[in-house]
Amino acid sequence: MIVTVASGKGGTGKTTITTNLALALQDFMSVQVLDCDVEEPNVHLFLNPKINNEKEVSIPVPLVDETKCNNCGKCGDFCAFNAIAVVGDKVITFPEMCHGCGGCTIVCPSGAITEKENRIGVVFSGNAGKLDVSYGKIDVGVPLAPPLIEAVKELNENDCLTLIDAPPGTSCPVVAAVKDSDFCLLVTEPTPFGLNDLKLAVGMVRELGIPFAVVINRSTLGDTRVERYCQEEGIPVLLKIPFDKKFAATYASGRCLIQDYPEWNEAFINLWKEIERRVQQHAGATSN
Amino acid sequence: MQELLVISGKGGTGKTSLVASFAALAQNKVLADCDVDAADLHLLLEPQKEKINKFYGSKKAVINSDKCINCGRCLRLCRFDAIKNNENSYRVNPIYCEGCGVCEFSCPVNAINMKPNLSGYWYISKSTYGPMVHAQLGIAEDNSGKLVTVVRQAARELAEQEGLELIIADGPPGIGCPVISSMTAVSLALVVTEPTVAGWHDMERVIQLAKHFNVPVTVCINKYDLDMQKSQQIEEYCLKQGIEVVGKIPFDEGVAQALAGAKPITVASNGKAAKAIKSIWSNLYARLKNKTN
Repeated sequence: MIVTVASGKGGTGKTTITTNLALALQDFMSVQVLDCDVEEPNVHLFLNPKINNEKEVSIPVPLVDETKCNNCGKCGDFCAFNAIAVVGDKVITFPEMCHGCGGCTIVCPSGAITEKENRIGVVFSGNAGKLDVSYGKIDVGVPLAPPLIEAVKELNENDCLTLIDAPPGTSCPVVAAVKDSDFCLLVTEPTPFGLNDLKLAVGMVRELGIPFAVVINRSTLGDTRVERYCQEEGIPVLLKIPFDKKFAATYASGRCLIQDYPEWNEAFINLWKEIERRVQQHAGATSN
Repeated sequence: MQELLVISGKGGTGKTSLVASFAALAQNKVLADCDVDAADLHLLLEPQKEKINKFYGSKKAVINSDKCINCGRCLRLCRFDAIKNNENSYRVNPIYCEGCGVCEFSCPVNAINMKPNLSGYWYISKSTYGPMVHAQLGIAEDNSGKLVTVVRQAARELAEQEGLELIIADGPPGIGCPVISSMTAVSLALVVTEPTVAGWHDMERVIQLAKHFNVPVTVCINKYDLDMQKSQQIEEYCLKQGIEVVGKIPFDEGVAQALAGAKPITVASNGKAAKAIKSIWSNLYARLKNKTN
C-alpha cells in the first residue's frame, strides 16, 4: 500500500508525520520510506539511514551529429521546451531545458540527432534499523524534478507499506509524487496560509481521485477556520498535534517526536488504523 | 531598478510573513508573488484585482476518436505515460501530458491535435501597500517557471510605468524550476531560515543555487531563539561562506495572532518580532540603496 504525505503549504510538518508514522509502525509491518521532495529532501536528516546504494538518474537529451545536420531547423521548430535551436550553421542544445520527449530525433529528416544521457540527480537507498529509506536529491541548478521523483518511486516494493514524503505545492512535482497512491494525508496548520493552501491541495487530490484526510499540526497556534472548512467539506481530520516549544526543540535537533515523547506512539498507530480502514472502504466502494 | 527576492529552500520558514511586513515598511515599490503554485501573499495584503490575465502553459494533446485507427503508435512513443488504451479507445490523460507534440507529429492519420491549455491566471492589482503582481497556477498544472517569468516581467513593466525603483518578490520553496525562474538576475536574494536541521540543510542547498546563478545572497534566521546553539552554528556557517546574516527574528506568539488576523506583522504588532523585522528591513534597504549608487 502506498500512503503519500503532502501539504500544499511548505513547512507544515510533512516530514514529521512521515517519519513518526514510519517509526511507530516499524515493529508491526515492513515499512519503506521514499522521500520524493527531491529539491529539499529532509527525511534522511531524521531517520539517518545507512546508505548502501547510490544511483545516478539521467534523462535522454539530444546529441547532434554536425556532419549529418543540414541546418533545416525542424528540431528547433518542433521542440516545445526551447531545448534545441539552429542558429546560423550551428545547432545549440540546452540540456537543462529538455524534458526528454525524443521529438527532435523523430522530426530530424537527416538522422542527425540521437540521444545521450544527462544526469539530473541521485537516488540514495539504505536502512535505518528496520526501515527501508530512499531519497532523491536533484542536482543544484536542474529545474526538472518529476523524472527523479519517478526514479525514487520505482523503488516501491509491493509487499510492504510505502510512505512517500511529497514536496510542497500542487504542481507537477507534487502530482508526480502523489499519483498512484492508495491514500493521501494532507498536513496543514490552522493559519490563513495553511487553509488557503489546503484548499488547493484538496483540489489536487480530488482531481487525481485519491482518498485523503487531514492532519493539523501546531493545532493550538491559530484559529478554527481549517477545522470548520474540513467539517463543511466532510474531510476527516485524523490527527491534531498541538504547538509545544518542547516539540519544536525535538524537531530542531533532528529527532522524531515519538523518540522523545513515546506517549505519542499510540496516536500514530491510531492514525495508521484510520488510514487502513479508509483505504479498505474506498476499495470496497470502487469495486462495487 | 532593484529586485529583492525572498526565498528559503524549506517551506514554512516565514517568507510570506516577512515580505508582507517589508511591503508595509518600504516606499515606492512593486510587490510580486512568485510562488504561483501556492500563492499566499494576497491573504495579508488583500489586493484588489485591476487586470485579470489568462495564462496558457504547455499545450495538451487531444485525440479525435472518429479519426483514430487504434494503431497504438502514440502510446508507444509517449514517454510521459500520458496515453492510455481502454478497450481499443485511445485517450490522453491531460495531467500527465507535457505538451511535447510527439504524438501529434507521429499519428499516421492526423487524429491528434495539440490544443492550448488555460493553466492559470495572473493579476495586476492595487493594494494598500502599493501595486502588486500575482498569479494562480491551476491545480495539478505544469509550467510554474514560465508563469513566474510572466509575473516578474509584468512587475518590471509596472515599476517602470509608475517610476518605482524597487521590486519585492515572495519566492517559492525548493530549488527547482519556479525558484530558478524567480532568481535569475535579481539584485539580492534574502534566504529566510530557521534553526532546525532541516532549515539549515535546505538553506545550504538554496545558497548553492544562488551561487550557481551568481545571485548575491543574505540570510535571516527566523525564530532564532528556539535553538540558540543551532542559530549560532548557522551564523558561523554564513560567516565562512562570506554571507552576511542581515538579522535574527525571535519567536513571538504575536506573529501567529497577526497572521490569524491576516495582517502584516509590523502592522498588527509592536512586539519583539516586529521590531526585529523593522531592523532587518533597514539593513536590507541600505544594502539595496548602496547598489544603486
